[in-house]
Amino acid sequence: MCELRDAAEIVFKGRAGLRKVVICTGTGCIANGAMDVYAQFIREMTTAGFNIVEMFRGLDKVTDPLKSIYLSKSGCQGFCQMGPLVKILPEDILYNLVRPGDVREIVEKTLGSGAIIERLLYVNPVNKERCRSQKEIPFYQRQSRFVLKQCGELNPEDIQEYMAIGGYEAAKKCFIRMTPDAICKDMIDSGLRGRGGGGFPTGRKWEVTRIQADPKKYVICNGDEGDPGAFMDRSVMEGNPHSVIEGMMIAARAIGADEGYVYVRAEYPLAVKRIRMACADALKEGILGDSVFGTGQKLHIHVMEGAGAFVCGEETALMASIEGKRGMPSPKPPFPAQSGLWGKPTVINNVETLATVPLIMGMGIANFRAIGTRTSPGTKTFALSGHVANTGLIEVPFGLTLQEIIFDVGGGITDKKGRIDPEGFKAVQIGGPSGGCLTKEHFDLALDFDSLKSIGAMVGSGGLVAMNRSTCMVNIAKYFMQFTQKESCGKCVLCREGTKQLLFLLEDIVEGRATLETLDVLQELAGAVQKGSLCGLGKTAPNPVLSTLKYFREEYMAHVVDKCCPTGECKALAKPEILADKCKGCTACVKKCPVGAITGEVKKAHTINRALCVKCGVCAAVCKFDAIVGV
Amino acid sequence: METAGHINIDGRDVPFTDEKNLLEVIRKANIDIPTFCYVSELSVYGACRMCTVEIEGRGLITSCSTPPENGLKVRTNTDPVRQIRKIALELILANHESECPTCTKNTSCKLQDLSKRLGVTKVRFRSVKKPVPVDDSAAIVRNPNKCILCGDCVRMCSEVQGIGAIDFAYRGHDVVVQPAYGKSLEEVQCVNCGQCARVCPTGALTPRPEVDDVWRSLNDKTKTVIVQIAPAVRVALGESFGYGAGELTTGQIVAALKMMGFKKVFDTCFAADLTILEEGNEFIDRVKTGGTVPMFTSCCPAWVKYVEHHHPEMLGNLSTCRSPQQMFGSVAKNVFAPEWGVKTEDLVVVSIMPCTAKKFEAKRPEFQDNGIKDIDHVITTQELAQMINEHGILFRNLRPEALDMPMGFKTGAGVIFGNTGGVMEAALRYVYEKVEGKTLENCDFHEVRGEAGIRTAEVVLAGKTFKLAVVHSLANAKILVEKIRNRQCDYHFIEVMACPGGCINGAGQPVSFQPDYKKRRTDGLYEADKMLQLHKSQDNPYIKELYERKLGGPGSEHAHHLLHTRYSSRRRMKGRSMVIVDGNRKDKIEIRVCVGTSCYLRGAQDLLHHLARYIADKGLQEKVQVKATFCFEKCDKGPTIKVGGTVITHCDFAKATAAIDKAVGALTVEA
Repeated sequence: MCELRDAAEIVFKGRAGLRKVVICTGTGCIANGAMDVYAQFIREMTTAGFNIVEMFRGLDKVTDPLKSIYLSKSGCQGFCQMGPLVKILPEDILYNLVRPGDVREIVEKTLGSGAIIERLLYVNPVNKERCRSQKEIPFYQRQSRFVLKQCGELNPEDIQEYMAIGGYEAAKKCFIRMTPDAICKDMIDSGLRGRGGGGFPTGRKWEVTRIQADPKKYVICNGDEGDPGAFMDRSVMEGNPHSVIEGMMIAARAIGADEGYVYVRAEYPLAVKRIRMACADALKEGILGDSVFGTGQKLHIHVMEGAGAFVCGEETALMASIEGKRGMPSPKPPFPAQSGLWGKPTVINNVETLATVPLIMGMGIANFRAIGTRTSPGTKTFALSGHVANTGLIEVPFGLTLQEIIFDVGGGITDKKGRIDPEGFKAVQIGGPSGGCLTKEHFDLALDFDSLKSIGAMVGSGGLVAMNRSTCMVNIAKYFMQFTQKESCGKCVLCREGTKQLLFLLEDIVEGRATLETLDVLQELAGAVQKGSLCGLGKTAPNPVLSTLKYFREEYMAHVVDKCCPTGECKALAKPEILADKCKGCTACVKKCPVGAITGEVKKAHTINRALCVKCGVCAAVCKFDAIVGV
Repeated sequence: METAGHINIDGRDVPFTDEKNLLEVIRKANIDIPTFCYVSELSVYGACRMCTVEIEGRGLITSCSTPPENGLKVRTNTDPVRQIRKIALELILANHESECPTCTKNTSCKLQDLSKRLGVTKVRFRSVKKPVPVDDSAAIVRNPNKCILCGDCVRMCSEVQGIGAIDFAYRGHDVVVQPAYGKSLEEVQCVNCGQCARVCPTGALTPRPEVDDVWRSLNDKTKTVIVQIAPAVRVALGESFGYGAGELTTGQIVAALKMMGFKKVFDTCFAADLTILEEGNEFIDRVKTGGTVPMFTSCCPAWVKYVEHHHPEMLGNLSTCRSPQQMFGSVAKNVFAPEWGVKTEDLVVVSIMPCTAKKFEAKRPEFQDNGIKDIDHVITTQELAQMINEHGILFRNLRPEALDMPMGFKTGAGVIFGNTGGVMEAALRYVYEKVEGKTLENCDFHEVRGEAGIRTAEVVLAGKTFKLAVVHSLANAKILVEKIRNRQCDYHFIEVMACPGGCINGAGQPVSFQPDYKKRRTDGLYEADKMLQLHKSQDNPYIKELYERKLGGPGSEHAHHLLHTRYSSRRRMKGRSMVIVDGNRKDKIEIRVCVGTSCYLRGAQDLLHHLARYIADKGLQEKVQVKATFCFEKCDKGPTIKVGGTVITHCDFAKATAAIDKAVGALTVEA
């Protein structure tokens, strides 16, 4: 096997004379046909006479590097909307939206003669320039890919590749050369905070567990990511499962656990498969098992599939689920550190947190603390979605402002029809259905755990949903409430009954049945559910309601008092109108209206008969002049 | 106990010792924090949020889940606390069938009580109640429309009784408490102990009422209605009329029952004395003849049903004695009815029991003869209080009256049947004299008394050491049974009562929130024992007379017929075979193939399939009947099939066809 530095170079950069082709096989790219593209590469490369090396070990046998291709699958590279992505090293060319039909050309031209296929390059929507490599794409330029870096480069199904770049060295150091209390101390000093939502200092959690007297302890990786639109943990588990295992090993060593569980939702079959494979491979290598790195210390890691209840992401519910019980949270104290899985002291960390741990141990505390802010060091991954030009998985250092994320990384706000709308920004929902919304006034807020908490929002699991000005905030609050209401476990009164009633009140508002008293009751009930619920799900469920009430109260008032939805999204309240000054009289809407509610002559402003109108919105969609509003 | 620290509660320093949580400390300080889901004997659940308090520096916290800590500053009734409690109540009420005036729990409902106490006068939320059917079993009525999902019943059933007949199903707003797969209580392992109903704060789980049936019988001129009063009733009924727990009101009960029109008022303690003689002799006999030990008591119908469901292999360990209730019914209908000149079908026997399982027991087919039940109606202590109120009887003004003879006469041994350890002690008082052949001077066996869930003792009788155990609550019984099965312990005689504390804490008793009510009721029974002249069942002159005149000696054939019974396994589904092939010949061979889980996993389904084809190929359809059936209790040796009378384990196609050929061959020759 090659020297470490040498090996890392091959993995990350490819080598002159031995090309590496990396095909993104994250779930997004697979859904877009990445596996077909991969198969096509094998066929075409074979036809072209290339010797294909699929696993790192195979590199040893390469005799003719010029006629060999190192063909590798990687985890998610982040730019999901442009997948399948194909990266060619060492030239560092990134092709996007690759179809199996493009493969022959890639093999012939790029692999054969080094030529670039222009049409497969990403086009910067701002200046219309073609971007040859990832580095040139604005979406990536403002990111700091740290935890996700290896996801887009390593073959998650090849432990040798992970080891080749120095993987498991941090765990080895911890098991052989470090004492548990030294590891905990390092982790406390690093300032790492839990990426699962709460932001609790990881080192302190470990230390409290370490000092428990019970000889049996557990370490659990919480991979039950359930927020709609969030897929950071999935991407890490799929893209770099060994980093998660290594983080668990370090945690286990730090607290003295000899058994661990990775709890993954069954809806993530690829993550389940790759984590299972990673555990099995690590066991074969003697990295896990009865004698970790030959030290005689035991560590066995099991993979447990969750059945898809959102609430099982709550740690006490998750542990109940592993124990085979109904996934319902229980009151704390006792905390898992004192009495966790099967009553034993347990550390439970989120996927991203654990994947960060080996990186910290590898780079040193000072280097880690140099990233991010003082109280929130490091980076955070977000799933960016909604009305932005670039959607996908992003990673930024803590302290970046909202504006930078939305406009620099996200490429700006889009309107209903997908066009960039420079004035379109309305709000961002951060932290999923349990988070709150940020508005224009937070543009310059440096995002970290504490700054978000101070304004009633939270990092949460890391969902970032951008919303443009055609979004009704009351409707958004209703949407999130529907989600949490369905996902409530049904245990405590305030969450079970309270979220249901909150939903009813919101329905009353968007359907025009509400009075001013409804708003008072909504506010009071949301406050009670927030303060009085048993677990995090209930305590955070009213956040979307409370934050929209705070920042968009006038929209609520419009619904309640004027019986009008300013964006026209709430169909029951929609008051469709044709703006005479904008209408060109093209009759497109007249032709499309299914109920004949629009009348008007050619080249003269049209009118809508509201008595006939069914508020379907077809007219507004076909209007090229944005003349139809309120629906 | 040593003070562990002080907590400032609403401005006053309150010392605490070993209280489990802040809630207990606050209650000790004379502040009755409202709760639905907190029951001190169960695990902390934290779902109702009613016990929320405000702790300085920590904010709003549920006191049930907070350990006491020195120096905490707690306020129990701040505005935010009040708001959470009231909103929680409003939310519960919006999802509750609030038919209070017609609810059995009216005036004893915690939801009603707290709504009043906390001043909830209006529900601002929309009603979200979706009506679902009521599950009416022999002993318990389950009305999910009134359930507030506090989970007390679920934890009671699993934690205290070790059964888990009910649990939560579905999620979010669809959550319900129900038996597995939405079955009814009668179809699952529910033993009818009713402890779920005892802790239910609303009318979602209540004992099945039989009051109307009793009134109808009383008002039927053709019927003679007699009644028996169980031991535990007399120390608890008073609580419904302002007496303290444990205060004896036997005389007033008799007076009230007479006013209602009962012809004769008897005592179950009489039948308990009878039970002791039968059970004592059975025990002595088992030990002498090397019969099955340990012998379990069989007075508790919940325990009996538990054994039938969970340990049918130990049915032989159960005493064959009927319970005192059933002995009473059997003797009344078969022995005394003719003496009183009443036709059996015109004699109505009513029981007043502290227990819901007794309602089920009275309906068991074992205790019916030609459709005539030994016991016609069973009402609980609570139902008796209701009847007294309905009749308008001013209970507290009644002068005590005497029970009727002969079945109103009892010894103290019969009285202590109502608490844990009592049956064992009563039996010892008899067995001692019988085995030792001399008079027992001091009747108290303190070694079997007490509150511990599992108590053991050893007594030496005629030079032989007997190991005894007393256990209450079925979760404890479960532990003991497992130990016995694993041969980790050996006992000769074990008393089991399903309810914690014994019958005094049965689900039919008045609901009490006094912390020491169990002890006070128990003390009441031991005092009643002390106050009687006789303490040993064998000294009861009417029992002696009954044996002499009617039954012969204890354990005689006639006594056996009237006073003993046999129970059977309920482990498997019954009557659920599926006929695959059905021949027309009368002497067709029955072939049963078990397709239970264990046999299925060992290939029973394929075997059945191949056999059906074999029978068709060989043209044997007319000569056999093939059934897919359940369990021969040989799960470890499956697949198991039965051909005619022969059970074949580890069965495969060759073994099965050989047996079929043989059986069918014999059939042809005979025909």
